[in-house]
Amino acid sequence: MTFASILIQLLNGLAAASSLFLVSAGLSLIFGVTRIVNFAHGSLYMLGLYAAYSLIELLGRTPLGFWSAVVLASIAVGLVGAAIEVVVLRRIYRAPELFQLLATFAVVLVIKDAALFAWGAEDLVGPRAPGLGEAVQIMGKRIPVYDLLLIAAGPLVLGIMWLLLARTRWGALVRAATQDREMVGALGVDQAKLFTSVFFVGALLAGLGGALQIPREPANLDLDLSVIADAFVVTVVGGLGSLGGAFLAAILIGVAKAFCIGIGTVHVFGFEIIFSKLVMVVEFVIMGVVLVLRPYGLLGKKPALQRAIGDILPPLTSPRWQVAVAWIVLFLLIPLFADRYVVVLMTDIACFALFAASLHFIMGPAGMVSFGHAAYFGLGAYAAALLFKRAGLPMEAALLLAPFCAGLFALVYGWFCVRLSGVYLAMLTLAFAQISWSVVFQWDALTGGSNGLVGIWPSAWLAGKSAYYYMTLALCGAGIALLWRVLFSPFGYALRAGRDSPLRAEAIGIDLRSFQWAAFALVGGLAGLAGAVFAFSKGSISPSAVSIAQSTDGLVMVLLGGVETLTGPVVGAAIFTWLRDEVARRTEFWRAVLGLTILAIVLLFPQGLVGGLKALANRWREARA
Amino acid sequence: MLTVSNLHAYYGRAHILDGISFEAKAGEVVALLGRNGAGKSTAMKAIMGLVPPARGEVSFAGTRIDRLPPYRIARLGLGYVPEERRIFTELSVMENLEVGRQAARDGVPGWSEDKLFTLFPNLAAMRDRPGGRMSGGEQQMLTIARTLMGNPRCVLLDEPSEGLAPIIVEQMARSIQTLKGEGLSVLLCEQNLHFSQAVADRAYIIEKGQIRFGGSMAELAADASLREQYLSV
Repeated sequence: MTFASILIQLLNGLAAASSLFLVSAGLSLIFGVTRIVNFAHGSLYMLGLYAAYSLIELLGRTPLGFWSAVVLASIAVGLVGAAIEVVVLRRIYRAPELFQLLATFAVVLVIKDAALFAWGAEDLVGPRAPGLGEAVQIMGKRIPVYDLLLIAAGPLVLGIMWLLLARTRWGALVRAATQDREMVGALGVDQAKLFTSVFFVGALLAGLGGALQIPREPANLDLDLSVIADAFVVTVVGGLGSLGGAFLAAILIGVAKAFCIGIGTVHVFGFEIIFSKLVMVVEFVIMGVVLVLRPYGLLGKKPALQRAIGDILPPLTSPRWQVAVAWIVLFLLIPLFADRYVVVLMTDIACFALFAASLHFIMGPAGMVSFGHAAYFGLGAYAAALLFKRAGLPMEAALLLAPFCAGLFALVYGWFCVRLSGVYLAMLTLAFAQISWSVVFQWDALTGGSNGLVGIWPSAWLAGKSAYYYMTLALCGAGIALLWRVLFSPFGYALRAGRDSPLRAEAIGIDLRSFQWAAFALVGGLAGLAGAVFAFSKGSISPSAVSIAQSTDGLVMVLLGGVETLTGPVVGAAIFTWLRDEVARRTEFWRAVLGLTILAIVLLFPQGLVGGLKALANRWREARA
Repeated sequence: MLTVSNLHAYYGRAHILDGISFEAKAGEVVALLGRNGAGKSTAMKAIMGLVPPARGEVSFAGTRIDRLPPYRIARLGLGYVPEERRIFTELSVMENLEVGRQAARDGVPGWSEDKLFTLFPNLAAMRDRPGGRMSGGEQQMLTIARTLMGNPRCVLLDEPSEGLAPIIVEQMARSIQTLKGEGLSVLLCEQNLHFSQAVADRAYIIEKGQIRFGGSMAELAADASLREQYLSV
């Protein structure tokens, strides 16, 4: 590479970094004050792009029209953010933090379909910035003027944000609330207004980040999840709550990505390294390295122990065996009176129930929230498919070996993850899931790339839908039973002790990290089993099984049912799978319906469905007593 | 000024306040005495709305406040100084004061940074120092100053003498006398009887969530058995 081409890649990377920084700064600000991980932040970025596109069409492709559109789009997105806070989040600040996360997932679904409704499914390519379309010559290479302007936008916004936070009363209130919002309230500050304003500013930054990209990037409906993944990475690499850190991290990642594209294919010692294929992975590799070396990010500080809000989790109760037997009998009878369609749906539900139960195990009792649980589900599915198709093993062997492959990956990923906790841990799990996804997505020769693999059918004796259903029921049921049994073993008690008080657990001699690592491998293996069973039931497998969307589906199932109970995740998986199937058959906008349903549930039952029903039953019992 | 009647409060299922009643009149310094765990701090938090009262009434300056959120209570002119001080450690002294600022209030002494720096001269020398890099005594002064920035009619002071060097305790006592001189009402939680005797007009003794004594400081000083029963350790 010549010096000139290095410079070009550097400028390219810096231009991309600006928007990345804007989104991450907003995310970080909101998290700092409200303690909410706003999954909808990528959706706000997406809205910024779409809004800018439409406003430019409306106001005309003149410099005035373009820049007014950018400003108006950002403000509009800011207002959407404020509305989300007022309508949804304000009502659930006292609910467990995970429930607030669920609410923001629901908002993602609603915004995606709102955008689909308003702008359609086609990618929308925006105009070049009027008056800035030409390029300047730098060392013989052409650089668009607009890119230079974008490069300046990052530091400019960083400066403005710094002034706002360090020099205004609003800034002092925001920083004070980041540390102790209850005390801020006791000093006479209306938290609700402060939170709304923080959401407005955070969303405005995301909208601005999106709007500014309109000459460089087409508006499309997949941006929400890909941008939120990027923003998570930047926030975590920089250090939660550190604007300067987010800026550094955005530059680091933006430039690294640009270099991967720029370098292309290189031959080193006879090996062919295709750097351009690393683009989707490189940020997650950076994140993994940074988190292992500096667990709280480049400029982050060890988070202060937060004052607990909400109630202490009640101890788990094991389901009564009579009830379990009744359900099992019912499940066994289903193929006798239900049609083929229902049997297939029940097979799906059984797979997802195990998937959700394994996610529940790790995020509930073990206290490690995973944003990337699809990694193990998907890797299990791919392991089964590859052992069957490429290694030529019989279906039965592939099915039984696949969980161990997934468990092996969980062992490797888990080694890194258990060194972190809280949001950092969650983000790292997401990073590993994304790495897995991009490898699966890009390794055409082995995994079939974006098309996936087809022709993964079960052996003849399991070919019937009912036969396969019974096998699914047996395997997934055994998996769930194993998870529940483990929770009431000394190992399970140790995990729960570690969740409630890591210090005290270690003080009585529990090697918490090893226990958590083992838990990781266990749930990874069982999620892999769910994935393998799922792959053979469908006959094909695609990268979507490893995607962020699959991970968030799992989170929604667990949170919908309620993380405080054992049966919650299973019920959540059943309701979610059934609802999605039911709604998707009726309308193109099934995501919005699903999202609104989840929002309604969140607002009505802040403890999840099963938790809410239990609380109702308790109240009824107490009222009678 | 502040009237509490039959106030109950719980932490989970634990019954912390079992129907307490007391009052502080305008311009009065009242001490709430009792041992560790008697319910003094909870009483203050319940008044302030930080722990939701289960039953009972609290009125302040003619308004019922027992169902209001903390910020509304603070805006009526009731200041709260927590026991743990809860300084914003990342914020400078001046910024800590800024967070406490409220609009001026009629018929109540108003406070500015400069006036507070004459009350607590130590703070004047460290305007830009982050709250996290101050000594315990300095933090105690800052937390009181921060609350005074809200121009309160009445201040709830939770154990202002706790963990302070004797010379700082003396200084704190003088500061409270100055507040009284300005016409503020003060409700004080204390375990330190000497400190209370130096500043308070009247006292209540709280034990296991109930009020066991209410009277003037002179009455309390005269009754050794009362002190023995409820306050000695």
